[in-house]
Amino acid sequence: MKTDAKKYSNSITEFIKKYNTYLMLAVCLIICMVISPDFLTLTNLFNISRQYAALTVVSMGMLLVIATGGIDLSVGSYLACGSVLVAIFINSGLGLIPAILLDVALGLVCGTLSGVLVAKFKMPAFIVTMAMMTIIRGAAFILSNGSPIRTPSNTISQLGQNTVAHIIPLLLVLALVVVAIFAFVINRTSFGRIVLATGSNENCVRLSGIRVNYYLIAVYAISGLCATLGGVMAASRTGIGTPLYGEGLELDAIAACVIGGASLSGGTGSAVKTVVGVLVLALIGNIMNLLSVPSYPQDVIKGLIIIASVLLQIFTSSKKETA
Amino acid sequence: MGSEYLVEMENISKRFSGVKALDNMNFKLGKGEIHALIGENGAGKSTLMNILAGAFPSDEGTIKIDGKIRKISSPKVSRELGISVIHQELMLAPHLTVAENIFIDRLSSKGGVINWKKLKQDAKDILTKLGFGDIDPNARIMDLSVAYQQVVEICKSLSRNVKILVLDEPTAVLTFNEIQKLFVLLRNIRDQGMGVIYISHRLEEIFELCDKITVMKDGCYIGDYDTKNISKDELIEKMVGRELTTLFPKRNAEIGDIVLEVKNLNAGRMVKNISFNIRKGEVVGFSGLVGAGRTETMRAIFGADKIDSGTITYFGKEVVFKSPYEAVKNGIGFLPEDRKQQGILLDMPIRNNVTLTALKKVTKASVIRQKADKGLAESILKEVSAKYHALSDKVSSLSGGNQQKVALSKWLAADCKLMILDEPTRGVDVGAKSEIYKIINDLAESGIAVIMISSEMEEILNMSDRVYVMRRGSITGELPKEDLQDVNIMKLCVGE
Ligand SMILES: Nc1ncnc2c1ncn2[C@@H]1O[C@H](COP(=O)(O)OP(=O)(O)OP(=O)(O)O)[C@@H](O)[C@H]1O
Ligand SMILES: [Mg+2]
Repeated sequence: MKTDAKKYSNSITEFIKKYNTYLMLAVCLIICMVISPDFLTLTNLFNISRQYAALTVVSMGMLLVIATGGIDLSVGSYLACGSVLVAIFINSGLGLIPAILLDVALGLVCGTLSGVLVAKFKMPAFIVTMAMMTIIRGAAFILSNGSPIRTPSNTISQLGQNTVAHIIPLLLVLALVVVAIFAFVINRTSFGRIVLATGSNENCVRLSGIRVNYYLIAVYAISGLCATLGGVMAASRTGIGTPLYGEGLELDAIAACVIGGASLSGGTGSAVKTVVGVLVLALIGNIMNLLSVPSYPQDVIKGLIIIASVLLQIFTSSKKETA
Repeated sequence: MGSEYLVEMENISKRFSGVKALDNMNFKLGKGEIHALIGENGAGKSTLMNILAGAFPSDEGTIKIDGKIRKISSPKVSRELGISVIHQELMLAPHLTVAENIFIDRLSSKGGVINWKKLKQDAKDILTKLGFGDIDPNARIMDLSVAYQQVVEICKSLSRNVKILVLDEPTAVLTFNEIQKLFVLLRNIRDQGMGVIYISHRLEEIFELCDKITVMKDGCYIGDYDTKNISKDELIEKMVGRELTTLFPKRNAEIGDIVLEVKNLNAGRMVKNISFNIRKGEVVGFSGLVGAGRTETMRAIFGADKIDSGTITYFGKEVVFKSPYEAVKNGIGFLPEDRKQQGILLDMPIRNNVTLTALKKVTKASVIRQKADKGLAESILKEVSAKYHALSDKVSSLSGGNQQKVALSKWLAADCKLMILDEPTRGVDVGAKSEIYKIINDLAESGIAVIMISSEMEEILNMSDRVYVMRRGSITGELPKEDLQDVNIMKLCVGE
């Protein structure tokens, strides 16, 4: 009898361990639905999705970096600079698509630079990307003269307002496509497998005859690309590019990955769960908006909730202990 | 007054997510006794000791220490009861010094301030007392060889007030001299009335050192034996459950052209003027004491470390591999000695480990073909008869010996022409050892050149076609098959 009870409680903890990210989401969802009858309306849901599409894409890049055991603090700056540059390119007469491609390519190049510093010169990712954070944010201010850049209304803001099948926001579709690509890459390709392996034990991967540096450089490059694409998405919602976008965004992206079960020491990471992490953050924000909590207390509360949810994550997935 | 036993573990059972690791296991350790605990890879030895160490609780069973029933709920409780376990996998802080590691839990003396001078002196004293005075207390752990790291680990626990010392495969990384020193030390401890539990796959050692032997198999208790009253063959039979006819199977390989020729290789401090060659189908042993520079030599050839001077000719072409990538691309495999740090991805599934070197074979446009991936992993693991539950299990959930098989599997998947094996049977049980020897023979018979670094004399003597002996970074001699005798090797090792 006793062992039965034990087994039962064991299987419950196993369940919580396995699905804690989803449980967190469920709790947030329920709270939202209880607090506000407006929550479950399509308008509200699509609004949220527009608002968080950029973070989702940024988090995907971050996830790859974290999976290698690194970190990218510069994503918020990339987002700002990406929004500024895409606006500048459009205003200089470039077509929408070429403007976006050029913008994103620049993000890729800068990300590659961080990657080279981390992989080849063995600089700590924290330092490299922190320096990159101020450099790129500074560049965004220089390029924009410190003021928002408007774009003609029929260009990039089209992207933000357009819908698929008259109802689903294009930004949401774009974000979902990116997530699908990342989920595939992480789970099904040798690239994904090597990235995770590198995070687990870089030494072993190198001695297995794999050019670890290529992969390290690639993840920072991809993160730069994703964050810049995030900038394009942010600009598309308002039609404005500004160096003020994305302040503190790196923390949200990191939080989304960690809530999604990624370990900061590398070797783990799931694209889908990271999206759930983004959703948890989105719902926390939404709850507070629905309750009309003012903005500064919002930050405090959000910070606390992130700590709490990450703690929960750590406690329920405590696998490290045991010799 | 206590009982005559220091430790009594009765009816211990333990499951890991449904898999039974221990099943009604019994174990008793008497006072002033060196007691061997043996069994195949995955038999549950480390698990039993982990329970004693308080790493995790048993599901069922009782533990008595000194005759009193105790609940060992945490490592701290275990330590307070005077139990000290030296694990199979080392647990030192790599960036700290030797002295800091030895005294890690009592660094500060007065008011939280560290007296560095005293700390270092104390560490030096302990090391000298244990016969390892040549280890510098100021050296960082990461700069020491694995063997010396092991010694530090032992010193660390002996510097505490231990009554029961558990050594989980301590000699796997030590060489003859160091083993002898360790044995002197352990006998000393025994004569002071302490108890030693000794886990090893090297039966010669057990007969030399231990008073009693407990055999376990598949988590179950098989029996207790006096070392005096049992023979090695009987013991193997009890362990494996069948008779093991030959530990070293015969090899029938044709030795062909030269595959690798190294001339006057210099690299760093530990590789000085090394020249040797190896032919197709040949197994060349590298013997020497720990720190002789064997690993460093091979790492330099493999492109893991930089070469200062010298030439390497590989299949008739002069080459310098600038990275392991280039070496592997050219068909060289390298099984490192330090399994946990270099050989395997502990936190990754078994499958990801095995096919890591062969991803090209199982991918199409870099998309992994699940079936091919799974199939390759399964067939190779079968080849090395690795014991595992599911391919998706983490390697860390395997027993030490099976982890080694996974590390080896990775290179079998890679289709190498030259295989460098650094201590290939470390921590592997007799049955599996024989299997690994068989794999080495198969490799040689299929025309692969095999370099085998080994600190186990028997292995070197029985497996090698030729042996190079290294000492302090230089090759001190080459022994052809007919001169292979342990005295000859020993002489070259110590440089007489
Ligand atoms: N943390 C764990 N999770 C799941 N299974 C485990 C875990 N630890 C051990 N096992 C399983 O328990 C069994 C016993 O393992 P254990 O490490 O005790 O073997 P061992 O006798 O020490 O073997 P070796 O000689 O290879 O070190 C193995 O089948 C192993 O896979
Ligand atoms: Mg073990």
